[in-house]
Amino acid sequence: MSTMFSFLFQFGDAFAFLVIASMGLAIIFGMMGVINLAHGEFIMCGAYTTVSLAQLGLPLPLAILGGSLVAGLIGMVLERTIIRHLYHRPLDSIVATWGLSMIATQGVLIALGSTMQGVGTPLGSFTVGGFSYSTYRLVLMGIAVLLLVGLYLLFYHTRAGVIARATIQLPRMAQATGVDTGKVYTLTFGLGAALAGLAGGLYAPTMTLVPTMGATFMVESFVTVVIGGGDIFLGAAPAAAILAVIRSGMTAWQGQLFGQIGLLITVIIVIRLLPGGLSGWILGGRK
Amino acid sequence: MPSVSQFVKAMRLGVAATALTASVGFAQDAIKIGVLEDQSGDFAAATMVKVNAITLAAEEINAAGGIGGRPIELVVYDTQSDNTRYQEFMRRVLQSDKVDVVFAGFSSASREAYRPIVNQFDGLAFYNNQYEGGVCDANMIVTGAVPEQQFSTLIPWMMETYGKNVYTLAADYNFGQISAEWVRKIVEENGGTMVGEEFIPLGVSQFGQSIQNIQGAKPDFVVTLLVGAAQASYYEQAAAANVGLPMASSVNVGQGYEHKRFTPPSLKDMYVTTNYIEEVDTPASKAFIEKFRARFPDEPYINQEAANSYIAMYLYKSMVERAGSTDREALRAEIAKGDVCFDGPSGKVCLDPKSQHMSHNIFLAKVNDTHGIEFPKVWENITPYWLGEAGCDLTKNDPSEQYTPSNPPPQQ
Repeated sequence: MSTMFSFLFQFGDAFAFLVIASMGLAIIFGMMGVINLAHGEFIMCGAYTTVSLAQLGLPLPLAILGGSLVAGLIGMVLERTIIRHLYHRPLDSIVATWGLSMIATQGVLIALGSTMQGVGTPLGSFTVGGFSYSTYRLVLMGIAVLLLVGLYLLFYHTRAGVIARATIQLPRMAQATGVDTGKVYTLTFGLGAALAGLAGGLYAPTMTLVPTMGATFMVESFVTVVIGGGDIFLGAAPAAAILAVIRSGMTAWQGQLFGQIGLLITVIIVIRLLPGGLSGWILGGRK
Repeated sequence: MPSVSQFVKAMRLGVAATALTASVGFAQDAIKIGVLEDQSGDFAAATMVKVNAITLAAEEINAAGGIGGRPIELVVYDTQSDNTRYQEFMRRVLQSDKVDVVFAGFSSASREAYRPIVNQFDGLAFYNNQYEGGVCDANMIVTGAVPEQQFSTLIPWMMETYGKNVYTLAADYNFGQISAEWVRKIVEENGGTMVGEEFIPLGVSQFGQSIQNIQGAKPDFVVTLLVGAAQASYYEQAAAANVGLPMASSVNVGQGYEHKRFTPPSLKDMYVTTNYIEEVDTPASKAFIEKFRARFPDEPYINQEAANSYIAMYLYKSMVERAGSTDREALRAEIAKGDVCFDGPSGKVCLDPKSQHMSHNIFLAKVNDTHGIEFPKVWENITPYWLGEAGCDLTKNDPSEQYTPSNPPPQQ
């Protein structure tokens, strides 16, 4: 029983990390096709803002929302000034976002120093069998599920979501029906950046705060999005579930190194067999 | 806009001026010291302070008349926590900057990356970091503490205090692997049991499963040999999961000041053997901290590597002054006499002729529940004896190898 719970908890923990870390990237890369190498720095921005606000005395949930908001606003400004000009130049967008990421990392190092004091993980712990667990991790799992449901409702059951999907699939047609596509692009990119900021805010209490912290999210989020393919709901959610099983299983069996190896081997196999990712395969099967 | 003739005139003046200083200033030629440390990237938090410590020592020495009358000139490069950068910059300082000595390196991976280049150009490098020990190389002088200084003291003390079942959580590269081998050896020699070992790739920040593995193995204490900012997330996550086990380390606190960065009580009952940290409460240490903060008021923490770098500058000064030259063999002849010592922030330390490593006073630092530091024990003047006893003798030959307990020097 306690072993079973332990495995489920570790699965949920890995799943939550993959979902929360990759949602912002899934929207910017999966939907908009911009390979955003500054994804980790939006996460870092969210984390730093969250911790700063929390240290000013704001309750943690509000501080996390603040972190998300600030990352989103910065995302919208960058979309207007830089990303906008690179929509049909994917290789250039890689270089540009990589540059942004270096500027952000080094800028924060120079401006705020090499580390920042954390705020500590809230909510304490609980015990099942011989093992104790952090309660905050359960909250993260709940938030991961809520995020998936919330984004699904946003994109498939609201007018704004339909317009966003229309703009991204057929921009000219959307324009012809009177949609301000420029604004839609800005908002969608901003949403992606805000979700990255949210990831930073949510994980900030559990991690070391350093300018390079975003890098530790990059592999996991790219792997999830690549395996998932273009559609975040048909792709990223099952991708995160599969990767979480492989990762937690391999780590429990042989340690962290094998967890990482398992993750990367899965990517190689999946993109070899399913070049469109899981969502490409599911959608292809439907046709 | 200046005309061409004005420019030429200025050039001539400049050349004349240089010639003038060169002719009067032969004895004043600067001693060039290359400084290769990580000022950005994953290790920056622990290593930016080393550059400041070297700067502080250089300014003090220059203000007091330099080394044997010659001023120190620092040639500083940011190695970005990247082993390739170490190799590039090591070539650059030795080949084009032609420095007299290099102070370089934080991670053992970076040291092993640059060491062949120091050997190739027959340079001299100070490695001012605690590490896993075993480097027997005439081109290297090591001022950091090694396992016989940090683990032979710490592990038996922990086993006596907390129990004989030990779990090691170590960074997965040469430092972590070899340090874990030392821990294993000492635990077995003292009749204990290794109930588990896990190696964590650098950059990993999620420890949920590792925490579970530790709880499942039920150790009496955990040896944490975690390196870099990402891996430090372990403490926060273990505390949040209420693991509650005492921890022992040779790197944490003394290097990355985790007790200052994390919210209490996540590092409660962490025990670290270190040759210096800013909490050390001696007059020499207080004086050192005072002048350090006067020069660098924003320094977040003055760690053992800062003290070692500072000490290394003064050791180099006394060696050059005694030898009357910066020639490496002349300096090594001074080390061979066995009395190259310095009474610095951590007390009196001396260089060992056989291994070119340094003796240390080892402080056992305990982190309490408010993240204050207590010193339950101090071991005085622990020499770096293992290499010499195992058969490394740099006064006789120079194998330029790194040895471990399972791979000792060949017996003659």
